Amino acid sequence: MSKGQQVLNWIDDRFPLSSMLKEHVTEYYAPKNFNFWYFFGSLAMLVLVIQIVTGIFLTMNYKPDGTLNGAGIPVAFASVEYIMRDVAGGWVIRYMHSTGASMFFVVVYLHMFRGLIYGSYKQPRELVWVFGTLIFLCLMAEAFMGYLLPWGQMSFWGAQVIVNLFASIPVIGPDLSVFIRGDFVVGDATLNRFFALHVIAVPLILLALVVAHLIALHEVGSNNPDGVEIKKLKDDKGIPLDGIPFHPYYTVKDVLGVAVFLIVFSAIVFFAPEMGGYFLEHPNFDQADPLKTPAHIAPVWYFTPFYAILRAVPSFAGTQVWGVLAMGAAVVLIAFLPWLDKSPVKSIRYRGSKFKTMLVLFIISFIGLGILGALPSTNVRTLVAQIFSVVYFAFFLAMPFYTKNDVGSTPVPTRVTMSTPARQVRFAVLVVVTLVAATLFAKFI
Amino acid sequence: MSEQHVDTGRRRFLTVATSAVGGVAAAGVAVPFLMSFAPSERAKAAGAPVEVDISKLEPGQKINVEWRGKPVWVLSRTPEQLKNLATIEGELLDPKSESPEQPAYCKNATRSIKPEILVAVGICTHLGCSPTHRPDLAPADLGPKWVGGFYCPCHGSKFDLAARVYNGVPAPKNMEVPPHKYMSDTRLLIGDDK
Repeated sequence: MSKGQQVLNWIDDRFPLSSMLKEHVTEYYAPKNFNFWYFFGSLAMLVLVIQIVTGIFLTMNYKPDGTLNGAGIPVAFASVEYIMRDVAGGWVIRYMHSTGASMFFVVVYLHMFRGLIYGSYKQPRELVWVFGTLIFLCLMAEAFMGYLLPWGQMSFWGAQVIVNLFASIPVIGPDLSVFIRGDFVVGDATLNRFFALHVIAVPLILLALVVAHLIALHEVGSNNPDGVEIKKLKDDKGIPLDGIPFHPYYTVKDVLGVAVFLIVFSAIVFFAPEMGGYFLEHPNFDQADPLKTPAHIAPVWYFTPFYAILRAVPSFAGTQVWGVLAMGAAVVLIAFLPWLDKSPVKSIRYRGSKFKTMLVLFIISFIGLGILGALPSTNVRTLVAQIFSVVYFAFFLAMPFYTKNDVGSTPVPTRVTMSTPARQVRFAVLVVVTLVAATLFAKFI
Repeated sequence: MSEQHVDTGRRRFLTVATSAVGGVAAAGVAVPFLMSFAPSERAKAAGAPVEVDISKLEPGQKINVEWRGKPVWVLSRTPEQLKNLATIEGELLDPKSESPEQPAYCKNATRSIKPEILVAVGICTHLGCSPTHRPDLAPADLGPKWVGGFYCPCHGSKFDLAARVYNGVPAPKNMEVPPHKYMSDTRLLIGDDK
């Protein structure tokens, strides 16, 4: 027995290292037909690591202090400028963190879309999906609280608007918003508590949820583009016929994804960290001024679909709480997908035209709302946002009806199918059509 | 110990009693943590009243005062502007100020103690942005009927020069008039009326 083997045995007698590695990596059998959409789970893990590491280093120089320094600049705002200008390597760490925030939502939205088209939330993966939705909620909280920390104009007024959402809740609202802020206005107390929640509380919950997400996934096994349960057909050793071990097959696939992702990520960090005002908004380069609202307040791009829903709902019966409720429902409904979808098949490949139509309408609405939420509102835009909001909710609430017995002409196969050139061409066409349509809509609305 | 001697009822009682007492203790411990989220004594003290000198305030002019960290507007309205307040009442959501957004002594046509001087918290009742002062008549962006008022850049809410909200905008209520009183003819105290 080699020395290394002896050390491993010594550990294994005391801690289940080898068996854990086998269970989750070397003998975790994943379907062999994973495609492009399956990059985004591992990429989300990568971005999480980037955010934690860069975040730790940022806290070493950042000061969560809203009071004014000798030069009349808030200490927090000045400390971010200090990181950008005077700390060696500070600018690249901070741009990695700010770019990471946006890229987190890019990969998570694509990851969620994958689950949507291949029915990954359906039985037996309901809890995988619910944990995932909670991760999404935590991410939104993380992003919102993190955005306050630079203490710029958008930080301040964005937080002001969002905290005031809670004030619109009848009876308890006004007290609740004071409770959240810790003051009668967004101030130093708010900044300090958001910092504590952003760097300690929410990341801890986030990590626990990621572990739960993966444990639940590995318990039931991964879904795949065909929505076929590979565990139904096993060889005489009990290994799924259509399964391949995660390592080395998918670790190698994911490394390719990581390489491509990091090229894109670096290009943004080095050449367009503000992304034309979408990743870092221009008014945030001015220090927070509680007496002056910027001319146009828009949230960062990843919140705009939900923000557009908020704005689309008019005030009614003397309160604007309905918009707040609609926005909350738009997020919460996602968690109920497993029980709203009554379809006998998982993957879009074997579904009927009703689901496909609704999905297309949903994607149009979601992207449309995202574009509208970033723009100042006009009467026409509000009307379009109202139509898209109705479609958004119809996709979820009507799902039990339109998914029932909605199956396509091709029956679900017993074994997984592999990619074909025809599928690849169709995928490329759909991506191009989506991007062109979104660009045209943004230009002319 | 054999199965017959286990008193399951007693066990269940003890389990429930222990859990309940433990739960009460946990709730008790949570109290100081939750309380720490409320405004501190220092934050409450910062809500002290502010004194303003309005002797130099010209008709039509507005000054901003900071009270509890919020912008408070002190606006002197011209006689013509005061006349317009009555003419646009049909377009307002709450022209008579029925909603308690002002102290009782300001529940009148001008929402003020002295007719010409408006004191209002410059925070939109929609989501808390600070509206822009737009005294200009019939500007291109606000339409020919505009007789001067406040326009919120965030979500397009409109208010008149008594900080009353227009119909059909996101804001649901008139803007708040803070408690205030005149110490003398030209000295105004914002935040206290006793």
